[in-house]
Amino acid sequence: MGAICFYFQVHQPSRIKKYRVFDIGRDHVYFDDSSSDNTNNKEVFLKVSKKCYLPTNELILRLLQRYKGFKIAYSFSGIFLEQAEHYSAEVLDSFRKLIDTGRVELLSETYYHSLSFFYSKKEFEKQVDLHNDIINKLFGTNTQVFRNTELAYTNELAQWAENKGFKGILAEGWDPILGWRSPNYVYSPKGTKKIKLLLKNYKLSDDVAFRFSDRSWVEWPLTVQKYASWLSETEKDAQTINLFMDYETFGEHQWEDTGIFSFLNAFPQEVLKNKELYFATPDEVVTKFRSVGEVDVPNVLTWADTERDLSAWVGNDIQNSAIVTLYGLQDRIFETGDKEIISDWRKLTTSDHFYYMCTKWFNDGDVHQYFNPYDSPYDAYINFMNILSDLTLRLETTRGGENNARK
Amino acid sequence: MRVLMFGWELPPFNSGGLGEACYRLTKALVAKGVGITFVLPKRQDINLDFMNVIFADLPEVGEAYTICCESDTKGRKPVSMTDAAVMYAQKAILIATKYPHDVIHSHDWFTYPAGIAAKRVSGKPFIAHIHSSEYDRTGGNGANKQVWEFERMGLLEADRVIANSKYMKGIVVREYGVDPGKIDVVYNAVDRESVKPKGEVSLGLEKLKEIGYKIVLFLGRITLQKGPEYFLLAAKKVLEADSKFVFVVVGNGDMYEKMIMDSARFGIAKNVIFAGFLRGEQRNKVIDICDVYVMPSVSEPFGITALEAASLGKVVIISKQSGVSEVLKGALKVDFWDTDEMANKILASLRYKPLAGLISKIARSDVDRLTWEVSADKCINVYKSLES
Repeated sequence: MGAICFYFQVHQPSRIKKYRVFDIGRDHVYFDDSSSDNTNNKEVFLKVSKKCYLPTNELILRLLQRYKGFKIAYSFSGIFLEQAEHYSAEVLDSFRKLIDTGRVELLSETYYHSLSFFYSKKEFEKQVDLHNDIINKLFGTNTQVFRNTELAYTNELAQWAENKGFKGILAEGWDPILGWRSPNYVYSPKGTKKIKLLLKNYKLSDDVAFRFSDRSWVEWPLTVQKYASWLSETEKDAQTINLFMDYETFGEHQWEDTGIFSFLNAFPQEVLKNKELYFATPDEVVTKFRSVGEVDVPNVLTWADTERDLSAWVGNDIQNSAIVTLYGLQDRIFETGDKEIISDWRKLTTSDHFYYMCTKWFNDGDVHQYFNPYDSPYDAYINFMNILSDLTLRLETTRGGENNARK
Repeated sequence: MRVLMFGWELPPFNSGGLGEACYRLTKALVAKGVGITFVLPKRQDINLDFMNVIFADLPEVGEAYTICCESDTKGRKPVSMTDAAVMYAQKAILIATKYPHDVIHSHDWFTYPAGIAAKRVSGKPFIAHIHSSEYDRTGGNGANKQVWEFERMGLLEADRVIANSKYMKGIVVREYGVDPGKIDVVYNAVDRESVKPKGEVSLGLEKLKEIGYKIVLFLGRITLQKGPEYFLLAAKKVLEADSKFVFVVVGNGDMYEKMIMDSARFGIAKNVIFAGFLRGEQRNKVIDICDVYVMPSVSEPFGITALEAASLGKVVIISKQSGVSEVLKGALKVDFWDTDEMANKILASLRYKPLAGLISKIARSDVDRLTWEVSADKCINVYKSLES
């Protein structure tokens, strides 16, 4: 038993609107959909704000005020923060209030929530820098711990993060990687000296994030007492129980009527009843504990699906075709020096675009389809490729910062 | 298990998918030990080794699905379709007495009165199998009242109803007021081998392909139900973006001439080929040669041609208002009226190569799952549920 280390992922992609072959060369606005479709980013943002961000932030603030030992961490994608700036100052302010308590840590990631580490290191570094800039600008704070999009991790990424001066990095605590070992300790990534690795306890995390409202689950309904007792049952000398999940778990994935807010409300009190449990942020955990051993992850490990790899994003031919075509444009994109072209291209690197093209759910359930604003993975691909065709046309008519194609 | 089955047609004397579906289904049922006496309304030169085909010897009647207006049922033809259905029922009384059976199975409205009559004689349970409804054929407008009434009577009198899709089931419940609890869904299947072209049939389209034209196919009756006008509207939009396309329309129907006129009116006549009705090898060949198969039906209870095209690895674009869209994941789907989207998908599926590859890969596994054995098993379950 030891620290309860919460980290919540806060992200909303900039979805691309319905874009047909006939729009190529005529319409260069890809993201600002004002229709009533599910690709209207503003509408989605406001909807999720109402169901999740605002009520959850309000509750978290109360908990932080009430329990001085309560601490959490967030990782915001830049693309989320950008939308918050545009669509809801209220949401941004409510996060600021939490951060102002001094007991909320922010993590580092790519601004565009992209998989660029695996396709362009140069772009990846740039996106991490951009993220750092917006965190600094909006919250006046710095980050110490890095987490990559979809928790996608390899030894190489950890080595990069160490070189960049990060103290810690996050990954999935997946059994095939750990073998007999437990995720509830601090480890060292293979090939590094100082940086520490925090592993998600996926069983306990997913009990809340995925199974909380599942009536076919034998443990349903999950009471906070039951859950706290599971936390107490971890190894006697455990250093940290890492509970990593999407922030949208609260109110959006698990709706209010499932009792998720009451659960969260009662959580700190119930946990703190056990004197051996306390809350700590990722930075505190990696500062406090020494590594108990080395973890070797030569191939990409993510937090998704039963495969825990990148197959939800680049598992089929259309996904690969889309992402390879996108990164294939990179050099020409930057040669233009055109801010809007570069920004449009970067927004297309967001991992969600590729997730929408996943065909795995044809066989295994509908987790993917629930988050898909498009009718089908094929539709998502056609839309994306049509937009890439338009972007390519813009490149051809734009030289050295002069954009003739723009209306 | 002995089944007395009333049908409308069997290949090679079939006008549409119903005959084909009956043939494949009965063959699979017989392979599983079901004994079938299959009744056809008219005497034809059909001799099948796997089941006993008998004939009710009705006089000449029209094609199964041509009824759209009063004149089809009254006058012109020697005997109207609805009168023929009644005559079929009269003959069924004798047939039901002569051929012992455990269950009666009728295919579509024309055979329902016969099924009901047989039930009156033998007291055996009656199953109304519905492949196509008057609602689909007319889009809900101007339905023939008599046909509608025969359909309704059959569906309500039946001990069980078999619908060929959830979509069809929905119509039966909504439009005919049938209790959903007595309806089973049994999907049609496709036999890849029977679609694969074998002989060296030439259609003259090969030349067009050689010089770089893409071929988009419509195959079905040229009637309101099948949405041919949406096909032409989409064709017009595609051709505005890319002239290297040929649109082939295969089939006959009451909108045939209108479609020819429309293609001229749209200024696309030189890129639209009307091939008329094709069967057998020619039909298989035209599916095989196309790049994209489009099924823009306004209301399609199933849509077996889409499965056939998919089984040959073709990209298929099907309307969401179809039963086949429930089982074919390897397909692009559109609302039949959304011709912009139809054109978008026709162009995109040929422009972005990996898409066609993935779709046909997924369609292949869909088709592998949909076999007539599976359909036969489901029918047998229905029979068994009525035994006790």
